[in-house]
Amino acid sequence: MVQTRSSVKQKGRYGKFGGQYVPETLMTALIELEAAYEEASQDPQFAEQLEYYLQDFVGRETPLYFAERLTEKIGGAKIYLKREDLNHTGAHKINNSIGQALLAIRMGKRKIVAETGAGQHGVATATACALFGLDCIIFMGKEDVRRQELNVFRMELLGAKVVSVEKGSGTLKDAVNDALRYWVTHVEDTHYILGSALGPHPFPRIVRDFQRVIGVETRRQILEKEGRLPDGVVACIGGGSNAIGMFHPFVEDEKVALYGVEAAGNGIETGLHAAAIAGGKEGVLHGAYMYILQDDDGFIQEAHSISAGLDYPAVGPEHCYLHEIGRAIYTSVTDAEALAGLRLLTETEGIIPALESAHAIQYAAELAKQMRADEVIVVCLSGRGDKDVQTVRDALGGGAV
Amino acid sequence: MNQVEKSIRSCIERGDKAFVPYIMAGDGGLDTLRDKVLFLQEKGATAIEIGIPFSDPVADGETIQQAGERALAEGVTLRSVLGKLQSFKEEVKPEMPLLIMSYLNPILAYGVDGFVQSLRDSGISGLIIPDLPLEESGLLQETLAANHIAFIQLVSLTSDQQRMAAITGQSSGFIYAVTVNGITGVRQGFDKALALHLTRLKSISPVPVLAGFGISTPAHVEELSTYTDGVIVGSAIVEAFHTGDTHKISRLIEASKGKETADH
Repeated sequence: MVQTRSSVKQKGRYGKFGGQYVPETLMTALIELEAAYEEASQDPQFAEQLEYYLQDFVGRETPLYFAERLTEKIGGAKIYLKREDLNHTGAHKINNSIGQALLAIRMGKRKIVAETGAGQHGVATATACALFGLDCIIFMGKEDVRRQELNVFRMELLGAKVVSVEKGSGTLKDAVNDALRYWVTHVEDTHYILGSALGPHPFPRIVRDFQRVIGVETRRQILEKEGRLPDGVVACIGGGSNAIGMFHPFVEDEKVALYGVEAAGNGIETGLHAAAIAGGKEGVLHGAYMYILQDDDGFIQEAHSISAGLDYPAVGPEHCYLHEIGRAIYTSVTDAEALAGLRLLTETEGIIPALESAHAIQYAAELAKQMRADEVIVVCLSGRGDKDVQTVRDALGGGAV
Repeated sequence: MNQVEKSIRSCIERGDKAFVPYIMAGDGGLDTLRDKVLFLQEKGATAIEIGIPFSDPVADGETIQQAGERALAEGVTLRSVLGKLQSFKEEVKPEMPLLIMSYLNPILAYGVDGFVQSLRDSGISGLIIPDLPLEESGLLQETLAANHIAFIQLVSLTSDQQRMAAITGQSSGFIYAVTVNGITGVRQGFDKALALHLTRLKSISPVPVLAGFGISTPAHVEELSTYTDGVIVGSAIVEAFHTGDTHKISRLIEASKGKETADH
């Protein structure tokens, strides 16, 4: 375990998790970013500007939708869906990309680097760059480039340069490695728009703050619709950006149970999964102390999930902390179960969820079954499933459903 | 003064500049480690930096990444490297210190206290952790000092005056001056502002300043030694060992001999 033995103040800690474990070359950029963010977050004009783009460009606020047929089919708690899939570009990622792009412009940086897994963050960032006229380079693992071919084309249409990362497992972890290497090399004029609540301080906080809009809206909407707070809130977790954005405004409401759903891939017991809280150990990766899938020698292991967006071997530091103090419950759903969740929502509600979000749907369905009809749960439907249709078709055997 | 600083200082007193080659432990098999260390010792290395392979080496360029992948494919770990070093430590001269360069996570997995004990058992005199900046260095500061192991800190081109002063104040052994914004690897040339940066750094540092990253030719060695107390050469050494071009290694080391500092 990491102990604080230094007189130098350790920043960006969530309990023992988080921190700033990066090469010295990046430290000045992180310090500048922190200062710029502090300043921006105090500036009403920045808030106004962000609000404007979230409303008129992204299409917020997103609905909190009562999934009536799903609720009837399950026969338990009422299920509401926070419709982040209805955002422009089809997922919650745009909330953060717009926020960080505005921050980069404030810092005078007009070049952007980002990583992407499923391609949703890459598309969102390429979109923000097109919107503001910024240069954009996106690193994406070669396996993800294959799985998310159309998203690659989308990013290119939006004017971004997409670099396929051939190393390692060719997934999100390797894309982050190369995005960090690129940033170290171009740090003076480039901002790194990290897409999840991960990485060195201040990224986990910045990403959480830009995603908090999900939970803030949800809280207000459920109070309007139900006159009370929900009994449970469910979100999927890769790095954990949609989940922390949803959870954070509810953390102080102790009666609201928080459920984070990791990707169990082929099953935790097979070792082929992406569930870092269920199957990982504490350590340092990509700048932060967190739970990580690793072997006994501290080498990082490859994550496995049908969902490219959850295919990451660690979980953001604030989630690690919420797990440690027992404030949130972390559970997991396998590939096969997520596919069942995807079909369930599609058939009952006419909404094809992203494979990532399908993990949350599936767990919420199981949870609702155990609950009373007068109880309420909210699921973060973090993205739409259009990008996954090919993967789903392959997984279901290729032909007719 | 620990052994790392002592060796660099006595090298400078002889009128040479320090030359610290980097090798990737286990590249070509762990059994080649002894031969490489003894070869570099014979050729006149001031100290040797021994890299531990890691799955996610974010500070390294292609050459060292690939060497690390070859070592990982051989099943090399931090533990096996320290065990191997212990097996031939009597053959390494005390005045030619060995340094370990490892990313943080393998050290955390090993356990900090057990790791520092193993460094002692293997006769290691210094430690470099590329992903542990000053803000987080408290993790190892005291225990390394108590065990007389130099904790070598990196200063980058982006470190401002205040950070430079804070880092040099904390460093022992030497200051690792990163000469480029970027990752390890061979480069054509260096930024013009580099000379000024290195001169400034050297003027405030209580410990010797060695330049590293992108130094790949005898001309680079000579050029950067002018402003510093010596150089660290990584990718070019790793590549030369990989291709068997040991003559190139000798020429690089020779370029550091008999050099005076520009401002003397």
